[in-house]
Amino acid sequence: MNQPENPTREYLAAPVKKVGAAAWLKDNLFNSWYNSLLTVLTLLALGYIVPPFFKWAFIDSLWNSSADACRDIEGACWSIVPQNIKFIILGFFPEGQEWRPILAMILLLALVIYSKEKSRWNKLLAWMWPVGLIIMGTLMYGGIFGMPVVETDQWSGLPLTMMLSFFGMVMAYPLGVLLALGRQSKMPAIKTLCVVYIEMIRGVPLISLLFMSSIMFPLFLPDGMTIDKVLRAQVAIILFTAAYIAEVVRGGLQAMPRGQYEAADSLGLTYSQTMRLIILPQALKIVIPPTVGILLSAFKDTSLVVIIALYDVLKTTKVTLQNPQWTGYSTEAYVFLAVLYFICCYAMSSYSRRLEKELHTGH
Amino acid sequence: MKFVKLMAVAVCATMLMVGFAHAGKDLDAVKKKGYIQAGVNGGVFGFGMPDEKGVWKGLDVDTARAVAAAIFGDADKVKYTPLTAQQRFTALQSGEIDLLTRNATRTLSRETQLGLNFVQVNYYDGQGFMVPKNLGVKSAKELDGATVCVLPGTTTEQNAADFFRTNNMKMNPVVIESTSELAKTFFAGRCDVITSDASQLAGTRAIAPKPSDYEILPELISKEPLAPAVRHGDDQFFDIVNFTVLALINAEELGITSKNVDEMLKSKNPVIQRFLGVTEGNGKALGLDEKWAYNVIKQVGNYGEVFERNVGVNTKLGLERGLNALWTDGGLMYAPPFK
Amino acid sequence: MSDNLPPSTEAPMPSKPPFWRDEEKRAIVFQVVALLVVGLVSYYLYSNTQANLERQSIATGFGFLDKEASFEIGESIIEYSAADTYLRALAVGALNTLKVSLIGVVLTIILGTLIGIARLSSNWLISRLSALYIEVMQNIPVLLQLFFWYAIFYEAFPPPRQALNPIDGVFLCNRGMIFGVPEAHAAHPVMGWVFLVVLIAGYFLNRWGHKRQDLTGQSFPALRITAAAAILLPGLVWLLYGAPTAMDIPALRGFNFQGGVTVSPEFSALLLGLVIYTSAFVAEIVRAGIQSVGKGQIEAAMAIGLRPGKVLQLVVLPQALRVIIPPLTSQMLNLTKNSSLAIAIGYADFVAVTNTMINQTGQAIEGVALIMLVFLFFSLSTSLFMNWYNKKMKLVER
Repeated sequence: MNQPENPTREYLAAPVKKVGAAAWLKDNLFNSWYNSLLTVLTLLALGYIVPPFFKWAFIDSLWNSSADACRDIEGACWSIVPQNIKFIILGFFPEGQEWRPILAMILLLALVIYSKEKSRWNKLLAWMWPVGLIIMGTLMYGGIFGMPVVETDQWSGLPLTMMLSFFGMVMAYPLGVLLALGRQSKMPAIKTLCVVYIEMIRGVPLISLLFMSSIMFPLFLPDGMTIDKVLRAQVAIILFTAAYIAEVVRGGLQAMPRGQYEAADSLGLTYSQTMRLIILPQALKIVIPPTVGILLSAFKDTSLVVIIALYDVLKTTKVTLQNPQWTGYSTEAYVFLAVLYFICCYAMSSYSRRLEKELHTGH
Repeated sequence: MKFVKLMAVAVCATMLMVGFAHAGKDLDAVKKKGYIQAGVNGGVFGFGMPDEKGVWKGLDVDTARAVAAAIFGDADKVKYTPLTAQQRFTALQSGEIDLLTRNATRTLSRETQLGLNFVQVNYYDGQGFMVPKNLGVKSAKELDGATVCVLPGTTTEQNAADFFRTNNMKMNPVVIESTSELAKTFFAGRCDVITSDASQLAGTRAIAPKPSDYEILPELISKEPLAPAVRHGDDQFFDIVNFTVLALINAEELGITSKNVDEMLKSKNPVIQRFLGVTEGNGKALGLDEKWAYNVIKQVGNYGEVFERNVGVNTKLGLERGLNALWTDGGLMYAPPFK
Repeated sequence: MSDNLPPSTEAPMPSKPPFWRDEEKRAIVFQVVALLVVGLVSYYLYSNTQANLERQSIATGFGFLDKEASFEIGESIIEYSAADTYLRALAVGALNTLKVSLIGVVLTIILGTLIGIARLSSNWLISRLSALYIEVMQNIPVLLQLFFWYAIFYEAFPPPRQALNPIDGVFLCNRGMIFGVPEAHAAHPVMGWVFLVVLIAGYFLNRWGHKRQDLTGQSFPALRITAAAAILLPGLVWLLYGAPTAMDIPALRGFNFQGGVTVSPEFSALLLGLVIYTSAFVAEIVRAGIQSVGKGQIEAAMAIGLRPGKVLQLVVLPQALRVIIPPLTSQMLNLTKNSSLAIAIGYADFVAVTNTMINQTGQAIEGVALIMLVFLFFSLSTSLFMNWYNKKMKLVER
């Protein structure tokens, strides 16, 4: 329509900005009086904490110096990490052989990264894991291809932490699945055994199982027979983790609709066929994200082996701190460890979340 | 069926790690293995702890090395198993280790009930107290109502409690498992006093921000003769370990060090000739090479050297010889004749 | 396996199958075998253990429990001295575990809920910070965190002689927080009983109120009445007894503060570490629970004229709790189990006390068995309670 031009046209105020920093601030930080108050208080608190920390950690700090140089500074003495890095990460691994645990860890990392993509989950991958772990074990143990044998008592630091958690997980998984199936079983004796086992293990702290493996277990064996200390702890971790996996898998089994079982029955499949071909492939897929969560806590829980004098990465750090010249710098060492653990765990947990999302869209 | 195969592989791998020791034949088993498995502390500076390269160092470690030098002529033929206080005796009993050198106190009940044989003491210790100087305390008897930092051990907590009870005093314990954590808490003032074996107190003082601010009180409330131990059942192995420790002391008495041991081979002194195996006999008696004592001294040094290297006045621990001096210097270290 | 054969088509009238095909009989055989294997392995381990214990002449049995413990314990709810028995020492440890777990659980739920809600806040800063908190705290082993908090407690606070004194009767120093409490008086137990009676009466009042509301639609402010009575009635008792005001004020005598109540740094560090670690998980659970309640539910509740508080109380929470409680239970159990890490920072919990006991008696088997039993008892009773509560909260489905 052709409206005549209005000479006395009112000029509207410019619209309230919906983009730009100011608008974002208003929308996200100051959108009501209590939010504004919260924001101001939080900023004040941050202002109180962050600058001194920054000064301590970055400005007044030394990054690679001798311990004596650290005595004269106010800030952090990060030097403790580079000066002791070989022992903290690799522990007792013999000089000249360091490439072996490093290669094993790289291999593990590669395997983990390769397994990340859902499209690569197939039989091949299922074989790659045990094979990869065996290769890693061989690399560490040696004895072939001219590699000198390195006994498990010299496996320490980060490789030990990795081995205890990943190997523990791989071994605990089948056991956990069996326990979960047992718990669902119609046979009362089997069911009772599984329930008792799962509830008992889940009811006690890991520390007590580790105590058991380290101080009680030698008494269980016939006279003169001994089992390697690392292996005993590994078994304790496997038994512990399996109970938790069993509960996660049970969740997956319960989520299977009855129809699936009935359909399998009507096809005349036996119990083992039903489970192997119909139920488990679906159930296990549902529970992958919580399983990663268990791996995550297994990884964190391995730090408890310090209490039974295994040299995992926490223990090697603590031994470093025992050395008189470095004793005063535990905060720095623990911060380093915290960052190390955080990187590993954060990668796992964010992966687990991503996976959850991906698997969710399938429904 | 991947699972079954995986399990089979795992079981095979497990078999590799299961060991059988032959009861009563410790020496044979050790010789067959080609190394000694020694149980050590793993966290006490100066006694048994790995350095930043992962190499084991300490007085107890050197004792184990001396035994290896005596048996194999090579002090490096030792493998170390770090043990906690609770694990140590079980580990020796079950055969997981051959030799326990983990600052263990020799007591009657351990010799008899735990089936251990302690050899010659390699460090005489005793439990004491350390306080900050500014507290103005001069005697442990003035500690009524104090907060006491205690390292949990087999006897430290009990000794401390006994001492306070017999003197009608009250104590407030703070018990922390790890030495370094405990030391840190003490320096920060969480406790008024820290109690432990005197050697460890000296070590703790050495790592203080200002060591001169702390003093060790004169009272020792217990006797702690720390000695290596072996299992009951193999007397020959016991003799070897016992006389290896004694050889360290004897060498110091005779003035033989790792530096002059080669010259000493030419000594005309019959005692030295017998000791170093120039005159044969001792080696055969122990079932070892005649050069065993020479190897021990050459590769590890005499007791004085071992002491000074690991815990002596020039180390971070800065311990005086005290009770651990030779008997000729007023200490307790005394070796029987090597003949 | 031979049972993979396709079902036979030639046998329309199946005769009685051989026993290895009979599912019931096979199940029985299978179970008997399983039980036998478990039994034999247990017997094998048991006989080895017996032989070993005998050979090494290690004492067995729980006879040591009534021997003198002869070690001191740093903090205790009940009276304890080195002259008491091991049994009492263990009881002290168990009570200490219970104390830190119970307080920890309550604080964790509060902090976790707050952070979970903060995570959903429309304030960008708050929401990001709580996300950061959740990520960082979840991904660092709790043992490391405990070391960290403990170091803060003993390093940041002054020694007792320079103790901070923020309010009258409260002292802060590296020996912990020490504060005055009312001196023991005959009125206190009576006040406690009255309080308890009011709570029980309040419970029944609440039930009656609900019943009445169901019948008549009239709501009854049972909660408010109970709360008022719980404060006023004990106060009345206090007045009747002559309003005793004597306080047990801590004072520096010798090395330490005497009198009052002390909260030790070990306890505080353990509590803080456990609460901060676990609340990160609880926050995620709470967030998921709240998000699981459909927006439509809230809009519908508002549409029928409920006030925001009532929307939360009557519509959102009951539904969210259904999602929240099961994972929350396992977090609470984790907290209890993680309290066993106290040994690393010197809090005298059950594991620490048992550890000392094992050191002194050498009876490792009994010691570890006791640790397991006590934690099993805690875990199972918590599970039972939470299952009961969960059942109660469950929506009655059609």
